[in-house]
Amino acid sequence: MTNSPTRTKSTPTSTRLPRPARRSLLSRLPVVHQLRQSVGLQRGMLVAGLIITGVFIICAVFAQFIAPYGFAQLRGPDGQFGAQLPPSPEHLWGTTVGGYDVFSRVIWGAQTALEVMIVAIVLSIFLGVFLGLVSGYFGGWLDRILVVLADAIYAFPSLLLAIVMSIVISGGQSNLYGGILAAAISITVVYIPQYFRVIRAETVRIKGEAFVESAKVIGASNARIMVRHVLRNSTRTLPLIFTLNASEAVLTLAGLGFLGFGIEPTAAAEWGYDLNKSLSDVTSGIWWTAVFPGLAIVLSVLGVTLVGESLNDLADPRLRGRRAVAAAAGDVAATSVVPGGTLEAGLGGLSGLEGCGDFDDSGTRTHTDTSHTDTSQPERRQP
Amino acid sequence: MSGQQKTIVSIENLEVSFSTDAGAIKAVDRVSLEVAAGEVLAIVGESGSGKTVTAKSILGLLPETATARGAIILSSRDGGGAPGAGSSHNNDVLSLSKKQLRGIRGSDVSMVFQEPSTALNPVYTVGWQIAEGLRAHGKYTRAEAKAKAIDILGRVGIPDPETRVNYYPHQFSGGQKQRVVIAQALVLDPGLIVADEPTTALDVTVQAEILDLLRRCRDEFGTAIVLITHNMGVVADLADRVAVMYQGEVVEQADAVTLFSDPQNDYTKKLLASVPHIGQGALQTVERASARATDWQNATPVVVASGLRIEYPGRFGRGGFVAVDGVDFEIRAGEVLGLVGESGSGKTTIGRAIGGLTRVTGGSLKVLDHEMNGIRERVFKKVRSDIGFVFQDPASSFNPLLTIADCVAEPLVVHGRAGNPREARARVDELLEAVQLPKSYGDRYPHELSGGQRQRASLARAIALEPALLIADEPTSALDVSVQARVLELFAELQREFGFAALFISHDLAVVDLLADRIAVLYKGKLVEEGTGSEVLGSPKHPYTQRLLASLPVPDPVEQASRREALRALRADEARAAGTS
Repeated sequence: MTNSPTRTKSTPTSTRLPRPARRSLLSRLPVVHQLRQSVGLQRGMLVAGLIITGVFIICAVFAQFIAPYGFAQLRGPDGQFGAQLPPSPEHLWGTTVGGYDVFSRVIWGAQTALEVMIVAIVLSIFLGVFLGLVSGYFGGWLDRILVVLADAIYAFPSLLLAIVMSIVISGGQSNLYGGILAAAISITVVYIPQYFRVIRAETVRIKGEAFVESAKVIGASNARIMVRHVLRNSTRTLPLIFTLNASEAVLTLAGLGFLGFGIEPTAAAEWGYDLNKSLSDVTSGIWWTAVFPGLAIVLSVLGVTLVGESLNDLADPRLRGRRAVAAAAGDVAATSVVPGGTLEAGLGGLSGLEGCGDFDDSGTRTHTDTSHTDTSQPERRQP
Repeated sequence: MSGQQKTIVSIENLEVSFSTDAGAIKAVDRVSLEVAAGEVLAIVGESGSGKTVTAKSILGLLPETATARGAIILSSRDGGGAPGAGSSHNNDVLSLSKKQLRGIRGSDVSMVFQEPSTALNPVYTVGWQIAEGLRAHGKYTRAEAKAKAIDILGRVGIPDPETRVNYYPHQFSGGQKQRVVIAQALVLDPGLIVADEPTTALDVTVQAEILDLLRRCRDEFGTAIVLITHNMGVVADLADRVAVMYQGEVVEQADAVTLFSDPQNDYTKKLLASVPHIGQGALQTVERASARATDWQNATPVVVASGLRIEYPGRFGRGGFVAVDGVDFEIRAGEVLGLVGESGSGKTTIGRAIGGLTRVTGGSLKVLDHEMNGIRERVFKKVRSDIGFVFQDPASSFNPLLTIADCVAEPLVVHGRAGNPREARARVDELLEAVQLPKSYGDRYPHELSGGQRQRASLARAIALEPALLIADEPTSALDVSVQARVLELFAELQREFGFAALFISHDLAVVDLLADRIAVLYKGKLVEEGTGSEVLGSPKHPYTQRLLASLPVPDPVEQASRREALRALRADEARAAGTS
């Protein structure tokens, strides 16, 4: 048999346990792993997304060091900043109609956006995943009710729902934590159905897999099957929805702020609010108050979406780009060590074993298989 | 078949490499083949041997990750050549543009797929789908296309084609669907059909009919066929010439009679030797029967079914579907009962009912002294430690995120024999050794094992608690014939060693014969015949068993030809009997 020379061949007869080579911890981390896997345009997209998202996160975390002024600061050592000042060395991106420094507001705004994003996603992931798992695994009337509820929530325009929630929670306006929580919870209500549906669909699919049935015939309890076998296998698509929802969370927050249901300017900086206040400036030729918060929204959404989309493409072997190989390159994968593996072949010893190499037939087989099951699995996407 | 006919396709030094996550992998290595007009060339080999890739490259159907070198010269049947290919009558498929490829597909070469139910689009009528190929290659009016579709449906043996042409795929049975797929391939009268495992998804009795049809394609339409299969019986039945592929290379090429009677290559010899034959198990059964204690007959059976009835609830307003209808059988301690039947006969349902996965709706099923009809899960949970289960598909029966050791330790942990998978490791290593897997394989993930290895690990998991009863649901049907032989041997050895009773479910009579002490034949939910291997297979009484036995192709072209005649006579008898009654 011809084995790949690059792989270490395990020797089953030796007394020490020869473990197959495992990838290092670093390269198995979610994003790092995909980054190494990617090539070409997909890599470009992923890297661009990661850079933009990285800048966004750095701005958010270190806002107080990066921003020259506070988000609610109206006066410096020389007194009032003054309203609608054009960009200058003191105020890099000028000041707003309310007299705030645009650059500082944009940087601080990243912090608010990140906080809302995290709270919203943590809340909706836990609730959505739990409900989806229970509903999909047990089925029955509980499942019906939850699905109808999720559909009903889908039927509302999400921004309208968020506005209603924010009025219910905080009366429309509030302080920093109240505002962030109100925004986050209103976003949560909109996103729970998405996590619910995705996890439920995966759960229903995995419930029918043989390994779940095999856990059942072993006698494992429902809780054990749900956590150990179903949940761990159904979280595959979560990073994707996670990133896509993160970007939508930024948009929803900005939308709430723009419509005046966001956070008070004295409580936290918020891009949507600033955009709203700059509406009148645009017509009078004052561009800097609208452009920078607007760009911040676009870039943060773009960055997170790029990461999400690339992760999605890379997670699917059929969409994943690979380096082209030279014609007739590579080794022939071993299909079996004992050709035919006949009945007389030495049963007692390990030497007669089929397939001791690291390469098995699946390497080649998956390729021939996917080519004719190409259309059987439509890509799962959220609306 | 012929010596004077022209070559339809000739493959010269074809090499195909795939780009995978683990680097480049070569699937086809310097393969040269020729197919003459009106000839059936069978390409056999185990999975991963490159047979499908070779055949697909004839149609230029390689995925984007593949690169190919060499030449595939395909002749045009009408001598017209692909559009834009100049005046040449032959095309090198590998150097054609996408547009030219579309030109030759369907008209010069077409394909029959493995799974007829997925090869047809469920939302269009079969007539529309047959006409689609016509529309792609010329101008036909709606009426002309329909007339042609009706004609071809009639010729592939669909009764009443004028009405059936407007049917949707779900209105046909599996075998009829495959006929429609073949009609689709034949409608443009191509010189070559590539048939990728055309009968693997079908029952044995239907398989015989489809093989007949393919033979008629060759004889009546003069079509050359490239048949890809791993079933040596199918090869013996249909092929004129055989190419054996192993690890991307053609190791032997000969006409069918020569190959089966006088194989040259070592691999071919071993491949042929590992094909199970009917009658192989008789000796073993007698030996085991004699070794049993005399009062064995009187001991309480492990499983007793009497009047067992299992019904799946139907949709609102419709009656349920009766999967198992009044079945009686018993499995005694240490005995292997083989359950045979075609798909939909209820054999898997019985296995699942014994394992407590499907509710029993009528009659009585006693498993280890527990009545399954109306049992509560809480009561049955303790019994589960005495039942092992091996599933059909080795690819999905392991949690992909757990190592093999964790998976095998699962029953030990669940039933409190070990606190966690690490404590169970010593026992797991013993089990892996019992199924002849190296201990180190415990640290691997399921996808790092081949199908046969995974199925052995599955056996290890099933016997972890030393069960009194093992249910094996088609444990080898997803495996290559060579791997199957070793898994079956292992199963027999484990059964000898651990002495569990077993229900062995399979659609393959030869496999069941190899292992089972007694064989039960199911047909449409009813048990039609039961007895020892020599009783059931030696002198079958029920007409269905007779037909099943006659339909099973044997890996010997000469014998298969005579069996074919016998089957035809049997079918004619049946038709006559049906006519008179």
